[in-house]
This record gives sequence, C-alpha cells and structure tokens, in this order.
Amino acid sequence: MSGMDLIGFIVVFILATYLGASLIGRVPPTLHTPLMSGANAVSGITVVGAMAVAGHTDYGRLGTVLGFIAIVFAMMNVVGGYAVTDRMLEMFKKAPGGDK
Amino acid sequence: MISTSVERLLYLVATVLFITGLKQLQSPETARRGNQVSALGMLLAIIVTLLSTKTVTYATIAAGLLVGGALGLYMARSVKMTSMPQMVALLNGVGGGSSLLVATAEFLHLQQTGATASVDVALSTHLGVLIGAVTLTGSAIAWAKLQEVMTGKAIVFGGQKTVNALLFAVIVALASWLIVVPTAPLWAFYALIGLSLLIGVLLVIPIGGADMPVVISLLNSYSGIAAAMTGFVIKSEVLVVSGALVGSSGIILSQIMCKAMNRSLSNVLFGAFGAAAGKSSKTAEGLVAKTTNVEEAALQLAYAQTVIVVPGYGLAVAQAQHQVRELMDLVEKRGGSVKFAIHPVAGRMPGHMNVLLAEANIPYDKLLDMDDINPEFERTDVCLVIGANDVVNPAARTDPSSPIFGMPILNADLAKRCIVMKRGMSAGFAGIENELFYGERTQMLFGDAKGTLSKLVAEVKQV
Repeated sequence: MSGMDLIGFIVVFILATYLGASLIGRVPPTLHTPLMSGANAVSGITVVGAMAVAGHTDYGRLGTVLGFIAIVFAMMNVVGGYAVTDRMLEMFKKAPGGDK
Repeated sequence: MISTSVERLLYLVATVLFITGLKQLQSPETARRGNQVSALGMLLAIIVTLLSTKTVTYATIAAGLLVGGALGLYMARSVKMTSMPQMVALLNGVGGGSSLLVATAEFLHLQQTGATASVDVALSTHLGVLIGAVTLTGSAIAWAKLQEVMTGKAIVFGGQKTVNALLFAVIVALASWLIVVPTAPLWAFYALIGLSLLIGVLLVIPIGGADMPVVISLLNSYSGIAAAMTGFVIKSEVLVVSGALVGSSGIILSQIMCKAMNRSLSNVLFGAFGAAAGKSSKTAEGLVAKTTNVEEAALQLAYAQTVIVVPGYGLAVAQAQHQVRELMDLVEKRGGSVKFAIHPVAGRMPGHMNVLLAEANIPYDKLLDMDDINPEFERTDVCLVIGANDVVNPAARTDPSSPIFGMPILNADLAKRCIVMKRGMSAGFAGIENELFYGERTQMLFGDAKGTLSKLVAEVKQV
C-alpha cells in the first residue's frame, strides 16, 4: 500500500467511526439489543476477506482450510445476526390505536 | 466477471446500505426494515466478491457459505430470548475468529511468496490477529459465564495484572520483531496467535457475571475493529467502514452501560467487582419489613389509577413476562394505566428486558426509560417491583457511604405505595441491603414471581 493509499484508508476509518458514533447515539435504549445483534451481523463483513482467501489457489492447502473455517465463522455471524435481529424486531409492536 | 472499479463501486453501495440500515434502527417503526436493508447490503457484498476476477475456485466458498449460513440460521431460530446475551457473545466470538483466520492466512501467504509486507500491512495484520483472537476467546469465556457453564464470579489470582501486563509486553515485542525483521521465524507468529488467545481468556475471567453487559458490548466493538484491521490488510474500503461502524457502536453501548452502573470502564474491566459479596454499609438490624398477601395486593392493583411495573432480571429468570402482561390487561380493562420502568441494566445486556417484554406482546410504547419515567413515580398509585433490587435501592441517592451511591436508580420509593415481589430478603447482586424494603410505603410480597403473579391475576379478576 502506498503512503497516500494508507492515509486515505485511515481517513475513511476515522470518518466512519464518527459516523457510527452519531448514528448509534440516537438509537433508543429499547432497541439496544437488536442494535447490537444487527451491528454484529455487519461485522461479519470479514466474509469478503475470507472468500478472497478461500477462492484463491495461491494460498495453498492451509490457506484453503483457514479460508473455509473463516467463511463458516463469518457466515454464522452474518446469517445468525440478521435472522435473530429480525426475529426480535418482529416482536416490537405499538399499543393498539397507537396511543396510550 | 466485473472490473475492479465496478467492484469497488458496488462495495460502496453495500456500505451505504449498512449505514442506511443503522439509521433506520433509530425508530422501532423502521427498525425491522433497516435490518433488512443492512442484510441486503451484505448479500450484495457477497455476490460482488463471488463475481470478482480474483475469485477462481468456488467449491470451498460454496461449502463455507452453506455450512456457516445453515448454522447461523439454526442458532437464530432456536435461541431463547432469555439467552440472547449468550447468542450475541457467540456471534461476536465467531466474527473475531473469522478476522483472526483471514489475517493469519494473509500473513502465511506473504511468507510463502517471500514478499516483504510494508510496515502498515504488517502492523494491521498483527493488530487483526491480536484483536480477533482476544474477541474469540474473550467471547467464549463470556458465553461460558452467561450460560453458567463456568462460575459467574470473578476469578482472581495474585499478580493477575502483572501477568497480563507481561503477556501484553511479550505480544508487543513479538509483533514489533515480526514487523521490523521480515525474516523472523514463523514460530514468532504462532506464538503471537497463542498468546493473544490466552490474553483474551485472562482479560475476561476477572470480570463478574453482573458486568457481562459491558463486556459483551466491548467485545462487539472489538469484533468490528478486527474486521476493520482485516480491511487494512486486504485493502478493502467496505471492511474498514463497516468495521469502524461496529467498533464505535460497541464503544458507545459500553459507555451507556457503565454510566448506568456508575462505574468507569476501567473499574469494570480491572476492578474484579463481584469476586466476593460486598459488605453492606448498613445492616437491616432493628428494621422490620412489612409483608402483604396476594389478596391485599390484588385489591390495591385493581383500584389503582396509575401503576408502574419495575421488572428485574428475576422476572425473566422466572419466565413470568406473560403473567405480567395478563395483569397489565386486567388493570387496563378496569380503567387504570400501566407503564413499565426499564433500568438500563435490568437485563443481562443493553435493552434485553425490552426484548423479553416485547416477546410477551407488551407494546414498546409502554416501556419507558429511566429518565422518562422517574418524574412519574410520585404521581403513581402503585409501583410493583418484580425481581429487581439494586436498581431501586434509594441508598444510591441518599447514602454516600453505600457502594452503589451515585448510581442512577428508578425512584420506586417515591410512589404512593410500593409492592415488592421477591423470593426472600436476600441482598442483590451488589450484596447490599436495600432500604426500600423497609420503607414506610413499602409492602413485601414473598414468593416466586411466576406463581405469585398467576395468583395475583386470578385475584384481580375476582375483584
């Protein structure tokens, strides 16, 4: 990675951290558990890296094994996270009529 | 097959979908759609990776996607809502584990080809390994504590902090060696992995079960940062952005939890709270708690105009959420209003109690946060405390010598009448005597939450 590239990535990382903080700060406490499991699913994005390892022949046999386990782990995180979040959010209902 | 620029653009679209999804989580009305939008972004990212020119073999990928997806779906479908903290701990762990494996594979690949990694790639690789490994084993311990496979008590031994500091110093030394001397032997890298896994265990065992909400939030953050580090290694913007988003979300949730317990993050992580039951600052000697019975309590509830229920984890353990809802329906049918006061640490993770009550079909607009409900207690006819203790202890407001002094609490003691449902007079998690139980306006209703609530429901029906 060239110096300029690296700085670009660091800029992206810092801006995304601030964006995340401002987004999460406004989530009401009642949704904190689904927020956490949903955010969790997003961190399963490492599946992209895992697929790059497993789908490439250069990494050798060990690479394929590591890549396979990495995909399984990341997919558990992705599918498990989104599915369980959906299951929880489905239960959140407003009072009938929408008022107290 | 698609070109690299198109690939990067589509990853950007996926990133935007993640951000939009998170934004829609800000309201219960749009939250479900937000989660689906985010999932769509993930699907897009996976498809783009499949179409990438860099992908040449598909069998391993397909097998991995299927096995992992099926396991994830099974877990999500079968998990009980009370076990949600364990589930999230497990998901954090596998996410961190995945980042660890990817960073490891990248490192080994570079070694094989004999190429020298630039300092920044090497640094992010080792950071990815360290954070991924800590997330993996730390989450495993958190899971075991929550699942009660191992003791929930803090495990402490002499020189613990020194051992941890030494281990950490060795890890830093190993990583520096590997970065500065690219020809450093491979065992140094394996040692780095092993020690990082070990320090993950050592960091979590001294933390008590009651503090697990903070630990889970923090590990959630780590799993994101590990993904971001992997992004630096494989030069992927989508990994860096998504990782950073999750990283900051976990940090914010940990801070909220710490604030709710009036403890600093370092106190939670290194204070070994709950190793032994704390000494109560005041004893209950000479104080007598008034008790009541189901019939009397039912009468008070039946004629109350305003009722606030303070649910604690005891309610969830007893699986009595449905009985509470029945009681709520009955009181409302008689013209009273029922609200629920939710303390941030009422469950075993942030927002856990809200999920448990939502499962029992209690509308979310009846669940009020501490700051919103506290001014209402004074005007409330009956406050019903079910299985909660420390979060309604007025000593947090009034007694500077109490270990929980300064912790934000629900002002149950200010209600016109307070009925405390509890198994017995035992002290709470913090091991502190609760003055609320001896208050002028308090009546104790002993028994297990589920049985007593069922009897209450039957009695209120007859009033």
